Amino acid sequence: MTTDSPIARACALRKDYGKNESLVRAVDGVDLDIAQGETLAVMGPSGCGKSTLLHLLGGLDRPSGGELWLHGKRIDLMSERALAQVRHRDVGFVFQAFHLMDELTARENLELPMLLAGRSPRAARRRAADLLEQVGLADRSAHLPSALSGGQRQRVAVARALANEPLLILADEPTGNLDSAATLEILRLFKRLHAAGQTLVIVTHDERIAATADRLISMRDGVFVDETRLTGGTGGGLSALIGLEG
Amino acid sequence: MQQEVVLAMLAKEPSQGYQLRARLDQALGPLGEGLNAGHLYVTLGRLEKAGLVALEGAEVSSARSERKVYQLTPAGAERVAEWLSEVSWPKPDLAEFHLKLIAAAQAGLADPIGIVNAQRRELLRRLREAQQAAVDEPDRSDAALLLEGIALRLQADLRWLEACEQTWTERRRTR
Repeated sequence: MTTDSPIARACALRKDYGKNESLVRAVDGVDLDIAQGETLAVMGPSGCGKSTLLHLLGGLDRPSGGELWLHGKRIDLMSERALAQVRHRDVGFVFQAFHLMDELTARENLELPMLLAGRSPRAARRRAADLLEQVGLADRSAHLPSALSGGQRQRVAVARALANEPLLILADEPTGNLDSAATLEILRLFKRLHAAGQTLVIVTHDERIAATADRLISMRDGVFVDETRLTGGTGGGLSALIGLEG
Repeated sequence: MQQEVVLAMLAKEPSQGYQLRARLDQALGPLGEGLNAGHLYVTLGRLEKAGLVALEGAEVSSARSERKVYQLTPAGAERVAEWLSEVSWPKPDLAEFHLKLIAAAQAGLADPIGIVNAQRRELLRRLREAQQAAVDEPDRSDAALLLEGIALRLQADLRWLEACEQTWTERRRTR
């Protein structure tokens, strides 16, 4: 782990919905530091505020209070235009329902965010090919999403999230629509990203996904109720997971 | 190791100990790394005494144990068939932990929620190990299937611990 300043920081972060008696504190005073290269999982039941937190971190939504910093820049006070830049360049999103453009091929889905961020069509095309190679889908570049399996679509979505070399990948239930084989494919991909130093935040209600992170935060009713560091310290080794000996 | 497992591994064909070991390794992948080969021969010896396994050929009884070829006797084959049709299943051993929480709370010796959280961390670490091993397995290997079962079980246990935590938190509030 690095001792550098965090890639993202939230201080007393709050997000309220509604007013007066119908006020909902979706995120209710959260402090969070995300270290460079860390994989962080945020877990909790639906409605606990974990997706709202992710949207705040990625500038998809604005906080009602508190401070939010990304790579040393305070983003909660930014103009709409500056915030849109952050969304395009500094963060990459992965959603449960993939959110690919149905009428664009896999390659075009990757090129689009790069073109929006100002990259030349040629450079975008080259990087799209590289990224598809990285996620093992070089031979699917001309396919429409409808011609891809769920796991393949999500790998395209992960490649798209990487398109502009973001500081932070934010994944909201990335395996929620996938069977176990496709889930493992995504976890393998995340493992490679982690090894390459990519910072990753995964929001999930699935313990099996959360357990793969370096650090796990449990959230309930808008607040953090537990934090567990999962790296270091091992159990009894793999064979201790089965009860055949003895 | 459970005698029936060793017996059933022999059902394919008469085999030497190392062949049995290889079959187990194939089925268990990284989960089989801690298995003790000596234990396998001890189990084979017991099965031989019980008349469920016999050595192939008469003169080999003096050979070193790893050279011996073992085969099922008719009684052994019958035991394997019975074992395959048994509907046994490991029972979840949750009562001990449940009673630990109740005893801790009643005696005021320890905070049940602290106990739940410590247990939760331990299970999460085990789940992490299982998931990391699954990620490193080739697709659809035998070991990957077993790891999936282990992960699903740990997940169920973690969900129960969450229910424990919620209940004990409420009890603390209302006391």
